[in-house]
Amino acid sequence: MAKRIDVSGLSAYYTAHKAIDDISMTIEPGSVTAFIGPSGCGKSTFLRTLNRMHEVTPGGRVEGKVLLDDENLYGSGVDPVTVRRTVGMVFQRPNPFPTMSIYDNVAAGLKLNGIRKKGELDSIVEKSLKGANLWNEVKDRLNKPGSGLSGGQQQRLCIARAIAVEPEVLLMDEPCSALDPISTLAIEDLIGELKDRFTIVIVTHNMQQAARVSDRTAFFNLAAVGQPGKLIEIDDTERIFSNPSVQATEDYISGRFG
Amino acid sequence: MTTTAPPPTKPEPHRATGPVTRPGDRIFAGMARGSGIALLVVMAAIAAFLTVRAVHAISKDHGNFLTTFEWTPSLNPPVFGIAVLAYGTVVSAIIAMVIAVPIALGIALFITHYAPRRLGGPIAYVIDLLAAVPSIIYGLWGALFLVPHMRGLNLWLDDYLGWTVIFHKEDPNSAARSLFTVGILLAIMVLPIITNVSREVINQVPKMHQEAALALGATRWEVIRLSVLPFARSGIISASMLGLGRALGETMAVATVLSASPTLSAHILDPVGGTFSQNIVAKFGEADDFGRDALIASGLVLFLITLLVNGAARIIIQRRKEYSGANA
Amino acid sequence: MSDTVMDATPAAGRPAHTKLASRHLPRWSPLAIAAGAIVVAVAIGAGAGLSSHIQWGLIALLLFVGGSYAITAQVEGRRQAKDRVATSLVWSSFILAVIPLYSLVETTIKKGAGVIDGTFLTHSMNNVLTLQPGGGVYHAIIGTLEQVGIAAVIATPIGLLTAVYLVEYGKGRLAKWVTFFVDVMTGVPSIVAGLFILSIWFVLLDKAPANGFAGSLALAILMLPVVVRSTEEMLKLVPNELREASLALGVPKWRTIVKVVVPTSIGGITTGVMLAVARIAGESAPIALLVFGSNVINTDPFHDPQSSLPYYIYEQYKNGNEPSYARAWGAALVLIAFVMILNLVARAIARWKAPKHQ
Repeated sequence: MAKRIDVSGLSAYYTAHKAIDDISMTIEPGSVTAFIGPSGCGKSTFLRTLNRMHEVTPGGRVEGKVLLDDENLYGSGVDPVTVRRTVGMVFQRPNPFPTMSIYDNVAAGLKLNGIRKKGELDSIVEKSLKGANLWNEVKDRLNKPGSGLSGGQQQRLCIARAIAVEPEVLLMDEPCSALDPISTLAIEDLIGELKDRFTIVIVTHNMQQAARVSDRTAFFNLAAVGQPGKLIEIDDTERIFSNPSVQATEDYISGRFG
Repeated sequence: MTTTAPPPTKPEPHRATGPVTRPGDRIFAGMARGSGIALLVVMAAIAAFLTVRAVHAISKDHGNFLTTFEWTPSLNPPVFGIAVLAYGTVVSAIIAMVIAVPIALGIALFITHYAPRRLGGPIAYVIDLLAAVPSIIYGLWGALFLVPHMRGLNLWLDDYLGWTVIFHKEDPNSAARSLFTVGILLAIMVLPIITNVSREVINQVPKMHQEAALALGATRWEVIRLSVLPFARSGIISASMLGLGRALGETMAVATVLSASPTLSAHILDPVGGTFSQNIVAKFGEADDFGRDALIASGLVLFLITLLVNGAARIIIQRRKEYSGANA
Repeated sequence: MSDTVMDATPAAGRPAHTKLASRHLPRWSPLAIAAGAIVVAVAIGAGAGLSSHIQWGLIALLLFVGGSYAITAQVEGRRQAKDRVATSLVWSSFILAVIPLYSLVETTIKKGAGVIDGTFLTHSMNNVLTLQPGGGVYHAIIGTLEQVGIAAVIATPIGLLTAVYLVEYGKGRLAKWVTFFVDVMTGVPSIVAGLFILSIWFVLLDKAPANGFAGSLALAILMLPVVVRSTEEMLKLVPNELREASLALGVPKWRTIVKVVVPTSIGGITTGVMLAVARIAGESAPIALLVFGSNVINTDPFHDPQSSLPYYIYEQYKNGNEPSYARAWGAALVLIAFVMILNLVARAIARWKAPKHQ
């Protein structure tokens, strides 16, 4: 189910500006990998290169390779649409489709993939909402608009929507930054439950969160404002937080900058 | 004199002009208020005058004002009615909308989602400019260029779709000065305005909703269907209503193109019929005082129709504001 | 808790996409399909002897959309095909709209440019037979400038003050009514504005007007809501901190408005007024009812009929002969140039003033 991601020599640009420089890393299947680093270090940009969302931004351009198991996302003949179906994404601010009901939000991706039978849709929607720990809260109002939910519930709805199409990888771009502590905890628990089925990559500003949810942590940094972001190191989370091999990582984690 | 942090657009006036008022403040506030009141008074007076003249005319009408085809207020007794005019106005506006709305939506999407990014801005700018081309120039172009070029299409429609009655042409060789051509010309005229308003609405669709669809693996069209159109729908509807208001009231472009006659015909390719505003301009020159009152009466009907259409558009926009506020 | 549910129906909804790469049409394929469609359409059109090029175009369009769908559905699948059809429809609607709009501008320039010369711009139609070439638009230009000028002089201050009232003072019922009536006025067709003024003349003076001033009043009615709306928008853009800063310095409210609020947004307000002027400069319907038109130079807008550029075009068109048509095109080009210059300058001002807000 979950797939391995192998990145080699990846750089991303906004028109002429290089946002991240020459990043290589391996992300193991069925694990949670956290990206941390100061603002502007390119961690979100890098995340968005993993499902080809970066090129949606005006002027966005990518060099290098991203292998999903053995297939290059940027290979010729690869349709970004197919990539995004295989690599799901959850965004910083919860973004359920405002005009759709809770049910339709979860079913949106499935309908795109040609699943139209009511029974099949019903069971997948239920399964996905359960998978996102949201079922008990919304099962009586599936036909109400998704925008009526609380922020934390909306974010779990977005997770349900993303996992409904059974992606191999789930990318999360600061999924808790707009949420209160209790909703954050709910999402973090959920991440723990989901990692058996998906390769999860999460960008976070919150180092404690990275320590709590991830198996491995990657630290990104930039030399100066305007310089491209670089991967400083990636290692087991425990090691990064107790005994990192690079001084800058330790400085960042101990709060000396960032 | 200090107001305590009023909301951004409406500083509170009355508290500021409390017990101590400066003459300058009073005069200026009075002038501003006065302008608003003057606007109301003028509108009210106009509406009253218009109604007085219209009622005067309709009360002397020996035909039925709503169902009579002819417009002969100078006869004794006077006979005139708006049946042909109302029919022509509505039919030509419907034709215009059927053609213009999908195309305008297409252009708006072209500018926002399909055109190469460097082209989108300039194209929007040019379309903005085209919205400013005076209607008489559309009329001149329509009469001298479009009408002769419609001939082939008319014959073809008559040949192949004549059985639908709508596209039947009594005399295939008559000029294309028909409601159909008028509708096409009106469509071209309202295209820029519908396009511009729709484009602005579509540009307001939040990026994050579109990214949500993209991240689910939606194609470009599916992104538009899932997140752009539902969000922009009410805005597009009200843009169309604005265009419809223009099409209903357009005068010169119709007056130059249409070959008018008091005939109510289902065959939209036939050069017959009329519209409110076309009839007013065409009949005004030879009308006596009573004839002008009769024309004022027909103008009042046109005014009420455009009022309804514009009012509906406003209500839709208003709803949309409440709706998007709830989701913000 | 969710694991059990998951395992009960493993991978129920997973589509069978093990491969990322799929069969793809080359990038040039839309162009190739378009070219093919055009060739076939021309062949059909010429073969069947269809006289109208509009038909040729429509056939090409249908072939293009249908062909795109069929070919893409074969190679890439239904979803991609739908996407491709949407793309081709969007592109076609753009091209479909460009053709008439381009033709309009091109025809006007081509036919108008030959007519315009020194004589055309400096002579009236006095003593010119409509069947003859010659004559000019000088009287119409004078009429337009005077009528539009008077309308602007009436509508601009009232519009500005009304907008100031709505934004800075407006509260309660009166403001709501004013807003409502501005909305109503926005939708008034120009011919109805003409009838409005006509009815005033009838009721108050018991006769029809026939002078430039009556036309100006109708144009002012059309211009007023545009000025109010655009000025309102601009005043709303002025940050409230500016007002408070001025009031906190002890500056009276009216001086704050006159010296701080309005100058801050003056660029945008100017743009709005100029666009409104450009709009009414092209109006001909009220002129037909109220000013009547004239062949001679009449510089007095308060007495006797005048001409105006848009109405001149209509008159010349109605004459129905080639020399008159030529004059109509010439006047159309003058009018378009006038309106476009106003528009371009107005937008340039907006662009030039805009960055200061951000």
